[in-house]
Amino acid sequence: MADIINKLADSFQFDIVRYALIVGVLIALCSSLFGVTLVLKRFSFIGDGLSHVAFGAIAIATVLNITDNMPLVLFITVISAVLLLRTGQNAKIRGDAAIAMISVGSLAVGYLLMNVFSTSGNLSGDVCSTLFGSYSILTLTESKVWLCIALSSAVILIYVFFYNRIFSVTFDENFAKATGVRASLYNLLIAVIIAVIIVLAMNLVGSLLISALVIFPALSAMRVFKSFKSVTVCSAVLSVVCAVIGMLVSIAGGTPVGATIVAVDIVAFIIFSVIGLCLRRSR
Amino acid sequence: MALLTCENVTLGYDGKKIIESLSFTIEKGDYLCIVGENGSGKTTLMKAVLGLKSPVSGKISYGEGLKQSRIGYLPQQTIVQKDFPASVYEIILSGCQNRLGFRPFYGKAEKEIALRNIEKLGLTELKTRCYRELSGGQQQRVLLARALCAATSMILLDEPVTGLDPAVTAEFYGIINDLNKKDKMTVVMISHDVNVSLKYADKILHIGKELFFGTKDEYISSAVFSELNKGGESNG
Repeated sequence: MADIINKLADSFQFDIVRYALIVGVLIALCSSLFGVTLVLKRFSFIGDGLSHVAFGAIAIATVLNITDNMPLVLFITVISAVLLLRTGQNAKIRGDAAIAMISVGSLAVGYLLMNVFSTSGNLSGDVCSTLFGSYSILTLTESKVWLCIALSSAVILIYVFFYNRIFSVTFDENFAKATGVRASLYNLLIAVIIAVIIVLAMNLVGSLLISALVIFPALSAMRVFKSFKSVTVCSAVLSVVCAVIGMLVSIAGGTPVGATIVAVDIVAFIIFSVIGLCLRRSR
Repeated sequence: MALLTCENVTLGYDGKKIIESLSFTIEKGDYLCIVGENGSGKTTLMKAVLGLKSPVSGKISYGEGLKQSRIGYLPQQTIVQKDFPASVYEIILSGCQNRLGFRPFYGKAEKEIALRNIEKLGLTELKTRCYRELSGGQQQRVLLARALCAATSMILLDEPVTGLDPAVTAEFYGIINDLNKKDKMTVVMISHDVNVSLKYADKILHIGKELFFGTKDEYISSAVFSELNKGGESNG
């Protein structure tokens, strides 16, 4: 035990570890806030689809030899989010089918591009770390950390500021529209923010595991809590706690960051489900 | 000037017309029931009145200081709402959205309005309960309270008693009747139950192949009504 604590204490001397923790906490916080809305609006798979789009975008950036790929990836993902939302409202291709198409398509094209054009000697390593995050959080540059901090602060501020409108649009879009809330505008806002969160979260857990970060805390909180506010607060706290535990475990045990965080999220979900069951029984 | 005026309104979607040149007016204090077969466009008409859908042609205008966003709306329940984790108070307070303007948060005035409507509909004890744990009748009362928060003088109800048992249905109609008679709230209700419409409403709007608008007595003696009864029970 003392060994582990020593190892953790040692690693905190490094800037990159502290950066990683700060970024991890912020990303966990952002993703869980909008997770509640996403789950309740039945948008869970949009997050999944977008994360695959982000993977494709990274492949393009690699091919173009862009080292700072974040702006390009962000741009492509936001555009896709807007398009996905549009097709979701259009009945010709159903929302879920469109998402499946785009997500599988960009995954395939992304891998193909990386394969054909890659100059890197370690192709499968590159692909794997993009998909599962592996250790990329420890390679964050200072500028990327600041970008993460700025974007996540913006996301949190927007959420707090529009909290009541987001609640209204999530609970009952028609009623919200009837009372003069511009629901389509807020749907767009939600989609764009989800895209931003996904691009941010790719640094932490990789593109395949982002949905877990978005969905698990919200679902766990919904097992136990009964008001929108308490569900939101609980899922934010839970998400941060799980992310911190996951990161510490992964530093101490040398396990991949993303997968460890998601594993902690799963454990939390099981615990909350049991608590929820017990609460219902005892009533 | 009437509270709401529809002039030659035609509604439809995908290039298909479902209601053609409909005209009617709603005066302050009216209790209007909209009846007609399924798929005749009752909900579409309501959405047009609320500005959720624009008419193909014709004009809907509002008078006596009624603003479109100040109409209280009780929509049909969606699947999303059935397991939504929100407290009764949060949902009812969200009815005050249209009073916010550009402010992000609810103030004292909005909270008071919400509390008043909670009390009015006898929901005080359920205030902190979770919406998804309530019975169907209680859920409808919550949504009615929310509509009242949004409303200044007019509420629109879209088949509010669907899926409720007879006792709860009667109670709910009683509440709406009280709102109309005591609080002088203008009520517009979509109903598939013609008998109930005739019991409470003072005006009827019939939508279908034949359009009819008039008082209850005019409706009973109209051709539309006798046609309806000829074709079996009056359950259209």
